[in-house]
Amino acid sequence: MAEENIVCTFCGSVCDDGQFDTEKFKSKKLCKLGSSKFSKKERIKAPMIDGKEVSYEEAIEKAAEILVNAKKPLLYGWASTVNEAIRLGVILTEKVRGVYDQCASVCHAPGTLAVIEEGLPGGSLGAVKNRADVVIFWGSNPMEAHPRHGMRYSISAKGLLIKDRKQRKVIVVDVRPTKTAKLADEFVQIKPGYDYPIISALRAIISGNADAVPDEVGGVSKEKLVELAETMKNAKYGVIFYGLGVTQSRGRDRNIENAVKLIQLLNRHTRWIIWPMRGHYNVVGAGEVPAWEAGYQYAIDFSRGYPRFSPAEFSAVEVLKRRDCDAALIIASDPVAHFPRTAVKHLKSISVIQIDPFPNMTTLVANVVIPSAVAGLEAEGTAYRMDGIPLRVKKIVETNYWSDEQILEKLLEKVEELKR
Amino acid sequence: MLEVEVISGRTLNQGATVEEKLTDEYFNAVNYAELNEEDWNALGLQEGDRVKVKTEFGEVVVFAKKGDVPKGMIFIPMGPYANMVIDPSTDGTGMPQFKGVKGTVEKTDEKVLSVKELLEAI
Repeated sequence: MAEENIVCTFCGSVCDDGQFDTEKFKSKKLCKLGSSKFSKKERIKAPMIDGKEVSYEEAIEKAAEILVNAKKPLLYGWASTVNEAIRLGVILTEKVRGVYDQCASVCHAPGTLAVIEEGLPGGSLGAVKNRADVVIFWGSNPMEAHPRHGMRYSISAKGLLIKDRKQRKVIVVDVRPTKTAKLADEFVQIKPGYDYPIISALRAIISGNADAVPDEVGGVSKEKLVELAETMKNAKYGVIFYGLGVTQSRGRDRNIENAVKLIQLLNRHTRWIIWPMRGHYNVVGAGEVPAWEAGYQYAIDFSRGYPRFSPAEFSAVEVLKRRDCDAALIIASDPVAHFPRTAVKHLKSISVIQIDPFPNMTTLVANVVIPSAVAGLEAEGTAYRMDGIPLRVKKIVETNYWSDEQILEKLLEKVEELKR
Repeated sequence: MLEVEVISGRTLNQGATVEEKLTDEYFNAVNYAELNEEDWNALGLQEGDRVKVKTEFGEVVVFAKKGDVPKGMIFIPMGPYANMVIDPSTDGTGMPQFKGVKGTVEKTDEKVLSVKELLEAI
């Protein structure tokens, strides 16, 4: 059969209704991001050591040597691979007494810190589709980052109780008029870095202390805030989908903590949930899997033989800035393109092993490069959608590339052999 | 020269080319800054002009584009160019400040480095 049903492995929406024509090598129904994911592009041709092509076995042996000989290796990435591979990655990190960190560290991890403090009043995307009559995108822009989210769940989605777009009020809170803002019923433009005081003002108004709120907060008039608070209180089922606009700007985890408190307060009046718009298709797994294995979601140090969690010390950016790792294994991620320059500087000076299907900026600094199969296209496995729903991603075309799981299994075996 | 607040973030083109980082498509998707029209006029910019963005953490030359951002703010797509000027401090959270960094922007004749040249410069 030429056409196969596929599960998309690009963003956290993990659309499970795509189709793929194996003869034409082309996808259908997916967005621009998904279509590019399921298209032919340049690959890392073969495993390499210092730029020289070698066999998988040779590259893995070299990688094992680097990890075993390192005093404190950093094992980072994991958001664009499947749970089965992540599971092996956490075991590997423990064996080599390294630091496990994952992409959320520079994405939604501040939300994790907030959840540790406050809990997470959440719900599934299905519940949002069927029930939500008020949807607020706060510092998130799904039209560019999760293009089909609105259509499938949160803007124009047709649900059981909310039958069409007219029954759903969509509000965007952002510092600039994004593409999503243009589709919204209401756009609340705020000053950058003022999320926290605005959330505090909404909490004050909803708890009956509107008189404590000044005429303007973070570029928004009190009148507007009162109106927004009323809309929130009068919703039957409301949701805040927050994005990196909140986690990457001033306040970070404290912004989310305050937002969760706002949701707790709203739940005294009606039903509200809050949820992060997770980026990579399995960034949830990159946190959940170590959580079941070691108790923590990210920034985990195994150098003492047991797991310790401390983002101020063991997040990848902090470890690199402090020059506190002497080797790195980077998998399913590209920190050289996405970390601040001070962190990249240290990565350039240590031995780097890369496992990835595609050449990227990290390839340019890697000593050992191990190409892998693309999960969802050439390899199967389980991924968590952004709302924590596990979905099985498929293998639909044959390949000679090893899967991340195969590579890590072999690498773990080699490491154990060398440590014996 | 103008004082601005620098923000970075995802765009559709950045996302669509993120697995092809060594191509021109990716280079074009991440190597620019969007400015408000008033700021654009104040700097006397023309289509194809470059600007130098400086913060206390670094500087980078990018192409200038008119964009839907408020006056006094510039937007650079997330990626290696934005990362030259964002604030690496994490306040103990592990998360650098990728958005809302104070800086300046000025017109320049310097060229925009390629992704590889940028990496060499770090």
